[in-house]
Amino acid sequence: MTKNPIMTNEEYKEYVKRFMPKTNEKRSLLNSFLVGGFICSIGQFIRYFFNLYLKLQGDSLAAATSVVLIFLGVLLTGLGVYDRIGKHAGGGSIVPITGFANSVASPAMEFVSEGYVYGMAAKMFVVAGPIIVFGVFSSALVGLIYYIFGL
Amino acid sequence: MSRLIVFKNKPKIISTATVCGKKEGSGNLGNYVDEIVADEYFGEESFEFAERKMLQSTIKKVIEKAGYKEDDIGVYIGGDLLDQIISSSFAAREFAFPFLGVYTACSTMGESMLIGALLADGGYLKSALCATCSHFSTAERQYRFPLEQGTTRPAQSQWTVTGAGANLISLANEGISITSALIGKVVDYGVTDANNMGAAMAPAAADSIRDFFVVSGKTPDDYDLILTGDLGTLGSRILKDLVKKTGFNIDNNHVDCGELIYNIMEDEYQGGSGAGCSAVVFNSYVYQMMMAKKYRKILFVPTGALLSTLSTQQGESIPGIANVIELQI
Repeated sequence: MTKNPIMTNEEYKEYVKRFMPKTNEKRSLLNSFLVGGFICSIGQFIRYFFNLYLKLQGDSLAAATSVVLIFLGVLLTGLGVYDRIGKHAGGGSIVPITGFANSVASPAMEFVSEGYVYGMAAKMFVVAGPIIVFGVFSSALVGLIYYIFGL
Repeated sequence: MSRLIVFKNKPKIISTATVCGKKEGSGNLGNYVDEIVADEYFGEESFEFAERKMLQSTIKKVIEKAGYKEDDIGVYIGGDLLDQIISSSFAAREFAFPFLGVYTACSTMGESMLIGALLADGGYLKSALCATCSHFSTAERQYRFPLEQGTTRPAQSQWTVTGAGANLISLANEGISITSALIGKVVDYGVTDANNMGAAMAPAAADSIRDFFVVSGKTPDDYDLILTGDLGTLGSRILKDLVKKTGFNIDNNHVDCGELIYNIMEDEYQGGSGAGCSAVVFNSYVYQMMMAKKYRKILFVPTGALLSTLSTQQGESIPGIANVIELQI
């Protein structure tokens, strides 16, 4: 007796594709572009503002801008707004730094019910952890290459 | 030997109870459930506490509606989606009757009823209380992403039902009879997309439905309704086509609990899922329709996807299961 009498697993994979709902890629891309672009425009606006009124420059300007965007991302997550934006924007709200803030704040909020140490603090980097690990690793790697070529 | 279980004494479902969340209550079945709870925390501190409380309140209701007391319950059989089925066992902690914890994911209601019917039919216990539940927010945090994380749900995904359903099975003269049943096999066609439960479970449902018709000698036309668990819209389309390939046609009388429960308004996409899905749909709308004799003979086929987050991360495919229960009034 064969285990799967109707069709093989490979055939089933192809067969299921016939039934799959179509995602509207054009609309998803447009939404991502608009929302992502909008978030970046806000960032640029903050940058101009700090530059013009607080006379910040270079690294401190970039850092101040990031801090404000991260704050906004966390605030909107706490207010329960960011996930609603993300539902429609997809990559548009995940890729900017606000998305990163969202990915740290959301598990932190969610796991508070398991306590502040083993819940919130331990689970805070459940989503963002891999990004940090590979980010730090690749920056070290690039730094090393840069150093070797600079010798 | 035939795999078909034929109940000699035809145990009856003597009462049912359902509790569900706001989204479920504003769907198609809102008028048929006993209680709709608007607060997804149920006045509790966490979603897990809320799920447990919802289950407890459903269990109390089903006992009350049957006019029973706690002492009259021979056994409570049930399970849920949380690790180590904590909702069910912790709910059982509050009651004086014995507990049998079972798990087959979203088909747990079917498994509970099957065991309950066997125990009642054999005369071993006076009554069996079957109850299962699920909660969108507890399932979401266990299986997927944090709630507030801004991710896009894929179009093939389903929405875990916040709800609990219970019924009480006993040898009585009145009520809906459980006439026969078939225990499902674990079937796996290699689907690895954990968002596509419908496609993962459809072959299990098709397999059990085909086997049931073959061993019982019955045909789809013998039933007013063939009610599958929570395949959702996509899974239902696949099921109908798969069953056709096995030589039976269920196009006219097949309905899926997941398809039925929501008015697709937000991003429930393919419909409901979860151990509470078939439990709520069967014990509210379908039960009342049967009592009103709108449906006289149905096949109840709850389906379950037997995955865990661990199995998914290790690249395992998703095995499915479906038990078949034949009911008649």
